[in-house]
Amino acid sequence: MDAPLIEFRNVSRIYGEGEAEVRALDGVSLTIAEGEFVAIMGPSGSGKSTAMNIIGCLDRPSAGDYLFNGVEVGQVSQDARALLRRHYLGFVFQGFNLLSRTSALENVELPMIYKGLPRAERLVRARAALEKVGLAGREAHQPSQLSGGQQQRVAIARALAGDPLVILADEPTGNLDTHRSREIMELLVALNREGITIVMVTHEEDMAEFATRLIVFVDGRVSKDERKAGAA
Amino acid sequence: MLWETIRLAVQAIRRNVMRSLLTVLGVVIGVAAVIAMVTVGQGSSAQVTAQVESLGTNLLILRPGKQSMGPGTREAAPAFRLTDVAAIKALPVVEVAAPVVSTSQTVVAGNLNVATTVTGTSADYLSLGGWTLRKGRAFTESEERGGSAVCLLGETVRQKIFGNTDPTGETLRVKNVSCTVIGLLGAKGASSFGQDQDDVVMMPVRAVQRRLAGSQDVNSVSIGLRNGVSTTRGVAEIESLMRERRRIAPGAEQDFQVTDLKQIAATLSGISTILTGMLSSVAAVSLLVGGIGIMNIMLVSVTERTREIGIRLSVGATSGQVLTQFLVEAVVLSLAGGVLGIVVGLALAALASGFMSIPFAPSPAVVALAFLFSAVVGVIFGYFPARRAARLDPIEALRHQ
Repeated sequence: MDAPLIEFRNVSRIYGEGEAEVRALDGVSLTIAEGEFVAIMGPSGSGKSTAMNIIGCLDRPSAGDYLFNGVEVGQVSQDARALLRRHYLGFVFQGFNLLSRTSALENVELPMIYKGLPRAERLVRARAALEKVGLAGREAHQPSQLSGGQQQRVAIARALAGDPLVILADEPTGNLDTHRSREIMELLVALNREGITIVMVTHEEDMAEFATRLIVFVDGRVSKDERKAGAA
Repeated sequence: MLWETIRLAVQAIRRNVMRSLLTVLGVVIGVAAVIAMVTVGQGSSAQVTAQVESLGTNLLILRPGKQSMGPGTREAAPAFRLTDVAAIKALPVVEVAAPVVSTSQTVVAGNLNVATTVTGTSADYLSLGGWTLRKGRAFTESEERGGSAVCLLGETVRQKIFGNTDPTGETLRVKNVSCTVIGLLGAKGASSFGQDQDDVVMMPVRAVQRRLAGSQDVNSVSIGLRNGVSTTRGVAEIESLMRERRRIAPGAEQDFQVTDLKQIAATLSGISTILTGMLSSVAAVSLLVGGIGIMNIMLVSVTERTREIGIRLSVGATSGQVLTQFLVEAVVLSLAGGVLGIVVGLALAALASGFMSIPFAPSPAVVALAFLFSAVVGVIFGYFPARRAARLDPIEALRHQ
């Protein structure tokens, strides 16, 4: 494989100082290549969320380097990280994080507003994204009128609308029942097959089964990293 | 992008119409108050100016009593005589001089009974006071000399007695004098002090003196100076003449005063300007209070929408864009309040002008200024909450419940 899309070089993230010092990440090195579907697992406090935040350019490492697409981005400015998120990353959260009292279509439009796309194009692309996640016909629905699974689909459509290299999913099925969870996972797998790299944090083994690679964090270090031949 | 932001702000405001309305109420009241004050103030100034214009040039009034300001402080002093009027008229600087003898009388016509002011004067008084004749004629010289029982009616008196019919040639009784109406005066409306100038009957001065007042007194003299004569010089010449005629020793205080009507009008106009300014500044304080109201609600809004801010940051909004969004929202809010305030203020001013029967004079400059000011209020009081929103940490914001 060529240059990895995501590379951690001895990354540490330290909260607090002195006695109260907490090493959420302790010298982690790992690489994720383009096109992978990575599941990150680990007990709470193991550093998996911190790793996710750093990958998502929401947080930065206290020490070590974070390279995105071969470029060191760990220490760039807040605005530069916002631009990275805008152009390369899409987020899916456990709590869906949709704008309330805002239609599904407008939610999906949001990232494209910041990308500066003209309204007509935004609407076309937002409709296409909603159709892709199986929500054609529900463009005008507000989050409160949609089920949890549907809300998560809107969130995935929103992540897709930004045309990202990577989708970062933080416990995407945490608030859903098994049936809906599987639907969401199948959707993510389908997107992965189209070439989008997916990094997902989960604590459900069933869901991790869908990924092509499993990384387990314990106490701020990678304790297990295995690739599977084929996904479910 | 800015257009997008404005659209977004309007959306956010419309999501909570009631709260948005209450938020801007302070600005609405502030702007409305300032606009109403200034508009009414300018209307009354305009009216005073118009009245001064109608007075004609170089009008002086000679009254008995000491030079003093304010009512009730004027000491009794002997009245003038018609000979004084003649002497003043003979001065080279004087164009015309008309005696004025005012008495309160009951005017009777048929079974109608009207209390009014009967002014004894000469035909010259009409041009001096800016009076016009709508019907009939003024007093002739022989009527003035002989003190004939003829009269001119003011519009108010005519309405009360004759309605809309032509009163000329009719006879009415003033006190116990039977008097023929020879003319109808054009309406003048209320004076700067609010009294009805049309509630008047004019008769030749000698008729009033002899038949009504029973004395030779002249209450005041209206004097018109010749063109090109300065007011100062006119006043000086009249004063020196009167001091001589009333035998006032040099250096002693004089027992009469010469007032320049224009000066009074200018003073009045000045007072109204000062009052308008003062009231407007009080009203402007409420604009400040309105701005604080906006800040308060915007701060609440930032807290409420922390998660929304987190979402926006996560999809790639820069903190500058978040700042702009909240700032634009505050400005749109206060501008909406400003526009509403301008409408309400102008409506109030129009109403008040109607009641006070002064011209409605809205000033585009003041309206523009109010608009600008409400935008500035939005920027100033929106900045702090917007900055708070922009400084949120995306991780914390996303976790916020």
